[in-house]
Amino acid sequence: MPTKLAEPTAQTAERLIDIDLTVNGKAEHFSIAPWVTLLDLLRERLDLTGTKKGCDHGQCGACTVLVDGKRVNSCLTLAVVRDGSEIQTIEGLSSGDTLHPMQQAFIDHDAFQCGYCTPGQICSAIGMLREGKADGRDAIRENMSGNLCRCGAYTNIADAIESVQGREDAR
Amino acid sequence: MNRFGYDRPSDVAEAVRDGNARGVRFLAGGSNLVDLMKENVERPVRVVDINRLPLHAIEDHDGGLRIGALATNSETAWDARVEAKYPVLASSILAGASPQLRNVATAGGNLNQRTRCLYFYDNTTACNKREPGTGCSAIGGVNRVNAILGASPSCIATHPSDMCVGLAVLNATVNVTGPLGDRTIPFADYHRLPGEDPSRDNTLKPGELITSIDLPDEDFSGNYTYLKLRDRLSYAFALVSVAVVMRIENGRIAEARIALGGVAHKPWRSKTAEGLLVGEVPSQSAFLAAAHALLEGAQGQGANDFKIGLARRAIVRACRQAADGTPQSQIDKRVA
Ligand SMILES: Cc1cc2nc3c(=O)[nH]c(=O)nc-3n(C[C@H](O)[C@H](O)[C@H](O)COP(=O)(O)OP(=O)(O)OC[C@H]3O[C@@H](n4cnc5c(N)ncnc54)[C@H](O)[C@@H]3O)c2cc1C
Ligand code: SF4
Ligand code: FES
Ligand code: FES
Repeated sequence: MPTKLAEPTAQTAERLIDIDLTVNGKAEHFSIAPWVTLLDLLRERLDLTGTKKGCDHGQCGACTVLVDGKRVNSCLTLAVVRDGSEIQTIEGLSSGDTLHPMQQAFIDHDAFQCGYCTPGQICSAIGMLREGKADGRDAIRENMSGNLCRCGAYTNIADAIESVQGREDAR
Repeated sequence: MNRFGYDRPSDVAEAVRDGNARGVRFLAGGSNLVDLMKENVERPVRVVDINRLPLHAIEDHDGGLRIGALATNSETAWDARVEAKYPVLASSILAGASPQLRNVATAGGNLNQRTRCLYFYDNTTACNKREPGTGCSAIGGVNRVNAILGASPSCIATHPSDMCVGLAVLNATVNVTGPLGDRTIPFADYHRLPGEDPSRDNTLKPGELITSIDLPDEDFSGNYTYLKLRDRLSYAFALVSVAVVMRIENGRIAEARIALGGVAHKPWRSKTAEGLLVGEVPSQSAFLAAAHALLEGAQGQGANDFKIGLARRAIVRACRQAADGTPQSQIDKRVA
């Protein structure tokens, strides 16, 4: 028996939703429309423009951030869905002037050219080490396949990650 | 994106009430729905965010496993019980999308993801799936990714999931609830062929919510593989994929299950093809006979003609890997 669905109760009017996020250790409160992505929230509302918009469709990884410790594409994440979460972006990785070991490894290994994909690559690499599933170079390459680099710095990116893979403080 | 209302129910009954209206969409990981909303292919009146529902767990159930609709693809692929007893499922999941996407993609969302037919994504073209009655631009158009099996004059789209191909050979069942109550759908009946109504991808009734997926108490950890062929070595949808599980007793195949991905509107299986292998000693000729039977009726659409030969060779290779107990890991990128 096919069901007939009721007409929607009109609730389309702009309704702002209150959410709380911890961004790079700082508590933030927002009133936002439900269609705001986490990527746009970070860039437009918090001026955290380190996180990049490449494709805006989950296809490149430039927008990768850590949500509750896990790497995700912020372009396909509606911010309201992550109410209560802890977000880490490239801006929150260093301690003062001391770079995060993964950031330092990217510099030491010349793991970028234009740098556009780099914040996403670094957040993704940290997320990957936390997952603890990528053992060895082939596994690193496969597990970093969600981050495209149009400059083709892949070899050096893999070198950089491999160089800090075993370090507790690189996670 | 269009303007839409937003609900965040905290229990299943409330979610079903919220979902029981036209133009409402459930939102899980959002990796498909938000993408389609950005393209204006999906224009929901209201979005029901189901992420707070208690459907995240992966639990022992009847000797098998019950995977909550909100278990992420990463959680499922890396669950120790899935790795040990259902490695074909873990492998099929790890073949799909990217690690970031798998961290948000859920079991329910993976089943209900929409096709990757280029025209379905392009609002300026005719597409019976997106706008019933407008026609199918893929027939006679750019159809490299489209179907070779089970297509109709209305639609030649494929279901793009890898995970579903793994679930198909495991004879999973899908538990759903909705305005009319609970029911359980065998995996083979979950997705449908396009026929004259390509707007429907599956047999869910309006307003129904997937709550979990059950894996029966069977162990195919010895003889299995998931082989995926695509335009690049990672992070691309399957042109053809093959999941195989086998039981081999005294050197002969006692049971074989083969499902194809990337070739039809649903994971493609054939009782005839699988039956041909029963009682056989694993051999190239037996695998080839099964491949021919599984591809019976296959029809190219021009740009995807290559899929028929590719699928035939992939089936033989996958059967060989399964029979030999040498599944190809998703890190191993050998293509021949
Ligand atoms: C760039 C890219 C590459 C990808 N590559 C692959 C690939 O190679 N292989 C592959 O298999 N997949 C691939 N995917 C697709 C990905 O696997 C799906 O987007 C994901 O599984 C969807 O899950 P979700 O939880 O994010 O779903 P959502 O986007 O939240 O939802 C998808 C659909 O399912 C419905 N839905 C969600 N949960 C339920 C429920 N419990 N009950 C009823 N309906 C529900 C929603 O209403 C919506 O219609 C790719 C995606 C992207 C963006
Ligand atoms: S194949 Fe299906 S989805 Fe693609 S254009 Fe035709 S009707 Fe639309
Ligand atoms: S901007 Fe998010 S994946 Fe490209
Ligand atoms: S360094 Fe330029 S895109 Fe990667």
